[in-house]
Amino acid sequence: MNRLRPPATRPPSRTLEHGFRWLCLLAALLPVAVLGVLLFDVVRTGIGRIDVQFLTSFPSRRPEHAGIIAGAVGSLWLVGLTAAIAVPIGVGAAIYLEEYARRGRLATLIEVNVSNLAGVPSIIYGLLGLELFVRALSLGRSLLAGALTLALLVLPIIILSTREALRTVPRGLREAGLALGATRWQVVRQVVLPLAIPGILTGSILAISRAIGEAAPLVVLGALSYVDFLPDGPMAPFSALPIQIFNWTSRPQAGFAVNAAAGIIVLMATLLVLNAAAIITRNRMQKRLGR
Amino acid sequence: MQTTVDSDACLSPPYRTMEPAQMSNPGVAAKLSVQELSAWHGEKQVLVRVSLDLPEHEISAVIGPSGCGKSTLIRCLNRMHELVPGATHRGSIQLDGEDIYASGVDPVLIRRRVGMVFQKPNPFPTMSIRDNVLAGLRLTGMRPGDLDAVVESALQQAALWSEVKDRLREPGTSLSGGQQQRLCIARALAVEPEVLLLDEPCSALDPIATTRIEDLLGTLRERYTIVIVTHNMQQAARVSQQTAFLLQGELVEFTETDALFTKPKDKRTEDYVTGKFG
Amino acid sequence: MARPASMRRSRRVGEALIERSMLGCALLSVVTTAAILAILVRQTGEFFAEVPISAFLFDTQWTPLFADKHFGIWPLLAGTFLTSAIAIAVALPFGLLAAIYLGEFATPRIRGVLKPTLELLAGVPTIVYGYFALVTLTPVLQKFMPELSGFNALAPGIVMGVMIIPMITSLGEDAISAVPGSVREGAYALGAGKLATVFRVVLPTALSGIAAAVVLAVSRAVGETMIVAIAAGQQPRLTLNPQVPVETMTAYIVQVGMGDTPTGTLEYRTIFVVGATLFAITFAANLLSQRWARRFRER
Repeated sequence: MNRLRPPATRPPSRTLEHGFRWLCLLAALLPVAVLGVLLFDVVRTGIGRIDVQFLTSFPSRRPEHAGIIAGAVGSLWLVGLTAAIAVPIGVGAAIYLEEYARRGRLATLIEVNVSNLAGVPSIIYGLLGLELFVRALSLGRSLLAGALTLALLVLPIIILSTREALRTVPRGLREAGLALGATRWQVVRQVVLPLAIPGILTGSILAISRAIGEAAPLVVLGALSYVDFLPDGPMAPFSALPIQIFNWTSRPQAGFAVNAAAGIIVLMATLLVLNAAAIITRNRMQKRLGR
Repeated sequence: MQTTVDSDACLSPPYRTMEPAQMSNPGVAAKLSVQELSAWHGEKQVLVRVSLDLPEHEISAVIGPSGCGKSTLIRCLNRMHELVPGATHRGSIQLDGEDIYASGVDPVLIRRRVGMVFQKPNPFPTMSIRDNVLAGLRLTGMRPGDLDAVVESALQQAALWSEVKDRLREPGTSLSGGQQQRLCIARALAVEPEVLLLDEPCSALDPIATTRIEDLLGTLRERYTIVIVTHNMQQAARVSQQTAFLLQGELVEFTETDALFTKPKDKRTEDYVTGKFG
Repeated sequence: MARPASMRRSRRVGEALIERSMLGCALLSVVTTAAILAILVRQTGEFFAEVPISAFLFDTQWTPLFADKHFGIWPLLAGTFLTSAIAIAVALPFGLLAAIYLGEFATPRIRGVLKPTLELLAGVPTIVYGYFALVTLTPVLQKFMPELSGFNALAPGIVMGVMIIPMITSLGEDAISAVPGSVREGAYALGAGKLATVFRVVLPTALSGIAAAVVLAVSRAVGETMIVAIAAGQQPRLTLNPQVPVETMTAYIVQVGMGDTPTGTLEYRTIFVVGATLFAITFAANLLSQRWARRFRER
């Protein structure tokens, strides 16, 4: 057996291999570490700025008087409206593609379309929203126009993740339902959806968090960066958290950079909460389903 | 429907010269009558002009090597075949003399009259044992008055009642494999079908669970017409009155089970039942 | 033959209605694409009714907002190319090495932790990356490069590179994992070491998948907006110098979008012309990526 044991000193190729392995690991970890450092720097800069005044004030020419209330409330409106529009449509489209569509030209056309839309830059959606919702449909530079635009933007994400979720439901369960004399919709409603809901929910929350951080289409659409009132309905003009951050970042005075950092903390904290909620929802529901 | 695939070269099975095209058992009423049924998956033909009459209140077994079209045959009997993308068929099937593939016939209503149990036990994972039994009624929006009576009756028929009557609220997936399969039988029976199709119902089960299901089929025969697909010839011999032998999509022989196993008319049947292939 | 009612189609109106509405939802995506195309084509058409195509293609200046108007797309293309190239230069080595680690070295447990962690990079809003580029990274870089302007292509390029690493890693790993184990075993059986196997056998086999990943990353970098709008500047300039302010196509659209350009004017139409150019480039890149990705999946 001794002859098969590796020699005491590693041959150079083994050392090289070992080094390469560490290089690869480093390549995976370094960017994450960089992100960590950058975020830490933001927190250090901005955390002291977060107080009641900052959270409840409107924008101001003077950085120490400015706050995020207009942007935050605008973002809440946007997210609520976007979810209300995009989730039902996205889930419906996914159900059609997974449960109803027969293989054929129409299904292929829709599928190719959805995956291409997922790759269209967000700013193009801004141009679409500007021409279609703001001008053609005369919605003006309103929350509704913004939410419709964001809804179209996240629709492909919701469709793709819902399809994934539907695909995890075994085919045999659908057949069992159909063999009992249930219709397609009865099977979808009562067998498939209950099992797929955790996945659908997680995917939808992740899509919505994409919408929260999105600034480019809203800028093109004409979201405002200086708003001294809260929206009173979906037709109101609006600001949004990322727009506010964009505005502060672009200003030369140092005080606004601190505001931007504080705004980023609020934005990232919101995203963190949403993502945690997505994960917890999924885990809890999967436990309930005994999987 | 397809018209291209069948050529007469592959269509001259000897039985056709020996017997009339319709293989049937005279004297017994046919519950399901299959006539000249061909079926395809995409371009591949899996059934070649199969004709047979399945008698009422009897158990008919369908045997044959893997890929001979057994499953496709019974999936045509409740119109489940057409759910597979690219699946097509030709020919007709009559349930009590009515063509189930005629235009205007609702497959959903056919499936309520012709129930099915699958190879792998597939209770609905989100539902309790009780809800699984009631699934057919709930899914289809039927509301019978006494749900408890339905649950007990279906589970009694499936010989599962005594084992689960104290745990009806537990998930259906908490049962053993054999129990799950009997639960699936109970689920199929709860919608009161006339015909019960079983697609290799014991292939995922151990011998003891298999025996219980085979015993069960004997009693179910009094109320239902049963068609069972099996890859196990002994099982066919034990439970059925009629047996059909399929080979490469062709019906080679369909006759009384005893006769098929003891004095097969076709050489290929003889080779198969004596274990020369398959 | 008379059929009893029991087998005939019963009330399925609701059922058909549901299917129709689901189909409607699905068709909305087709309508969206059609609307994007219609809007871009229409506005672009009206733009070229006033500005000759030659001015768009051959002029080397882009100054539609000035009194002396020039409509040459090249400065914007150059800015886009420069920032994207820097991003790919950063993302490709890191993303690919990380993909190799995940596909060839990592145990399932490490993978389970590392993959979602890397995905975090793509989950951070681009506005936050923009802040990093302008407020954090540029001052740091200026310590080493005194020539570096406050707005430049380098810092946003690097930051954008970090952002698109997960895209290269994820698709690249798919491609590496899709290489059959038998191919690796064939190499090992010849006595090849891990390194030789990875570089001589696995990566060449996975090449089309890796190329798909890179092209997709390019498309993402070209379309990225906020990072470059914040940190690269707003000066359309035909240069490949990463140290000076430039303007990308996306940043130009943002610049006009923020101002109060009246609709229907030539200035207003320029953002759609630039948008159409951007759409064409990203669309072509996405198609190419899909084609190459399909090639490795089919094998």
